[in-house]
Amino acid sequence: MSPFLFYPLATMSVIFALSVVLAKSPVRSALGLVAVMAILAVQFAFLQAHLLAALQIIVYAGAIMVLFLFVITLLNLESDRGIGEKPKLSAIGFGAGAVVAGGLALAMLGVVEPAARAVALPEGFGTTAVLARQMFNRYFVAFELTSILLLVAVVGSVVLAKRTAAENSEGVTGA
Amino acid sequence: MSDALLFDWVIPGLKSFIVIFMVLNLAAVLLWIERKGSALIQNRVGANRASILGILPFNVGFLNTLVADPLKLFTKEEFVPDGADKFVHSIAPFLALFPAVVTMVAVPFGDTVEIMGRTVELQAVRLDVGVLYVSALVSMGVFGVALAGWASNNRWALLGSIRGSAQMISYELAMGVALVSMILFFGTLDLQAMVRQQAGLFLGVLPNWGIFYQPVAFIIIFTAGIAESKRVPFDLPECESELIAGYFTEYSGGKQASFMLADFAESVMVAGLVTTLFFGGWQVPYVTSGQGLQLPGMASPLVLPALAVTLMQVGTFMIKVLFFCWLQILIRWTVPRFRYDQLMNLGWKGMVPIALANLILTALGILLWGDMA
Amino acid sequence: MTIGLVHWLVLSALLMAIGAIGVVVRRNVLIIFMSIELMLNAANLAFVAGAHSLGLMHGQSIVFFVMTVAAAEAAVGLAVILALFRNRQTVAADEIALLKW
Repeated sequence: MSPFLFYPLATMSVIFALSVVLAKSPVRSALGLVAVMAILAVQFAFLQAHLLAALQIIVYAGAIMVLFLFVITLLNLESDRGIGEKPKLSAIGFGAGAVVAGGLALAMLGVVEPAARAVALPEGFGTTAVLARQMFNRYFVAFELTSILLLVAVVGSVVLAKRTAAENSEGVTGA
Repeated sequence: MSDALLFDWVIPGLKSFIVIFMVLNLAAVLLWIERKGSALIQNRVGANRASILGILPFNVGFLNTLVADPLKLFTKEEFVPDGADKFVHSIAPFLALFPAVVTMVAVPFGDTVEIMGRTVELQAVRLDVGVLYVSALVSMGVFGVALAGWASNNRWALLGSIRGSAQMISYELAMGVALVSMILFFGTLDLQAMVRQQAGLFLGVLPNWGIFYQPVAFIIIFTAGIAESKRVPFDLPECESELIAGYFTEYSGGKQASFMLADFAESVMVAGLVTTLFFGGWQVPYVTSGQGLQLPGMASPLVLPALAVTLMQVGTFMIKVLFFCWLQILIRWTVPRFRYDQLMNLGWKGMVPIALANLILTALGILLWGDMA
Repeated sequence: MTIGLVHWLVLSALLMAIGAIGVVVRRNVLIIFMSIELMLNAANLAFVAGAHSLGLMHGQSIVFFVMTVAAAEAAVGLAVILALFRNRQTVAADEIALLKW
C-alpha cells in the first residue's frame, strides 16, 4: 500500500477516533465511530481482506452502529459536557492514556518485521472461498458455537428489553 | 501516458464517472417519467407547463422537470430548524444519497472491450465480492433516514424516521437471505461472472436467465428492494398524502432534492440488481459475444462485428434497467399502501420464512443437480 | 518508504489507546460502549495486518469471529442499557454506581 494512501487514511481514522471520545453529543460520537469503521474497511480491502472489508460494513457499520443510533434516538439522550464534566479526572485519564499510547507504540516499533516473503501472497488470499474453507474445515466447531451464541444473544436482548406487564399498565399518565 | 497509469487509474475513473453520471441523470429523468406515467394511469395530462420566456409555442413538461425543477430546488433557501443539530442535519441527505448512487459501480453493463490491445471489462470496478458490496451499501442507506428525522428536532419526523429505518432493516434481512440463495446458485459473488453464466439457452428455446431457475428469489428481492427504497406500497415513512413528508419534513431546497434523488437512485439500483441477477444483465437473448446471433432453429450463427455486439449488449442492459424502473413506477400508482403493522408482518412473518425455505430448497437442488458454474 | 507491519501495528495501538481513554474518561455509558467497540476494531486491524504480513489466513478467521461476537455483545449490551435507563432514568456511569440508594 503506498504511503500516499496510508498516511492520510491513518490520520483521518485517528481524528475520527478522537471525535468519538471528545464529542459532546452522543450522535456525533456514533457518526465518528461509523467513519472509523468505514476507513478501517478501506484499509482491510488494501490488506487483501476483501470479504472482511464487506463484512465490516455490513455487520459493524450497517447493523451494530444502526442499533447504537436507535438506542441513542429512543432514549433521547442530550449532549452533556463531555470531558468537561470532571476536568481533573479527565486530565489524569488523558495523561495516563497518552502514557499507555506511547508505551504501546514504542513496543510496536520494536517488532521485527517478518522477513520479506520470497513469494507473493497465496492464490485467492482473503477471498470468500478461502475464508469459507477455513470456517468449514479448521474452525468448524467455533463457527457452529458462534451461531448458537447469536441465537442466545437475540433471545437475551428481547427478554431484557421487554417491558414488563406492570410497566405497560402504568399507561400514558404514569410517571 | 504510461500503460499502468492509463489502465489502472484513468480508465476505471472514467468508467466510474460515467456510471455515476448516468445514475444521477436517470434519477432525474425518472422523476419526469413518473409524473407522466402517473398521469397516463390516472387519465390526466400530467406535467406539461413550461416554456422558455414564452418563446416556445407549446408547453414542454420535460423541460420543466429536467431543468427548471432542479434549478428551483437547488437555489431555494435552506432552513435548519431551531434547536436542531446543524452538522447532522446537513450531512443526512448526503448519507442518504451516497450509497444509492455508488452501488451501480459494481454492476456490469457490458462484456469486454479491446483498448490498445488490452481487454477492459465494461464494469466500473471489478470486485470479487460484488454482491456483498451491494448489500453493504444497502445497509448504509439506513443512516440517512435515521439521522434525518432525529436532526429535525420534530417528534413527528423522528417517528417517521424510526419507522423508516425499522422497515429498511427488516427488508434488508429478507433481501440478504434471498441474495444468499442466488450466491449459492451461481457459485460466485462476482456480478460479472454471474452475468456470464447466464449465457446460452434454457431448454433449447428460452434464454438461460436466472428467473427461470429462481422465481421465488426474484419476487423476494424485487419486493424487498421496493421496500428498501420506501416506494409505494411501502412508503408509510414518507407518504405524501398523509404525513407532510415524514422523515424529511424539515428539509428544503437542495437537501430535499438530495432525498428525492436518493429515492429514485435507489430504485435504479434495485432495477440494476434485479437485471443482473435474474434477467441476464447485458446478455442479449440468442446473441453470444464471440459468435453472433443464433436463433433456435438456425443451423449456424450469423456472425456480427464485435463492436455491434458490444453496443447491443450495453443497449440491452439499459433497456432492462429502464423496464424495471418503469415497473416500479407502475406498481407505485396501482397498489394502495400498506399499514405499518401489515408491512412489518409481511417482512418478518412472510418474506423471511419464504426466503429461508427458498434457501434450503436451493441448497438441496444444488446438492442433487449441481449449480450453474 | 514502504508501509510494513510496524506501521499498521502502531496505528492499531493508537486506536486501542484512544478507545481505552474513552472508556476511562467519559461518563455516558453509551459512549463508553462505543469506545469498547473502537478497541475491538483496533484489535481487528492488528489481526488483519498480521495475516497480510505473514501470508496466513488465520488472522482473518479470528477477525471473522471477533466481528460475530462483537455483534452479539452489542445487542445484549444495548438491551441492558435500555433496561437500565428504564429503571434509573439516567445513563451516567457514576450515578448508577450504587446497588441501592
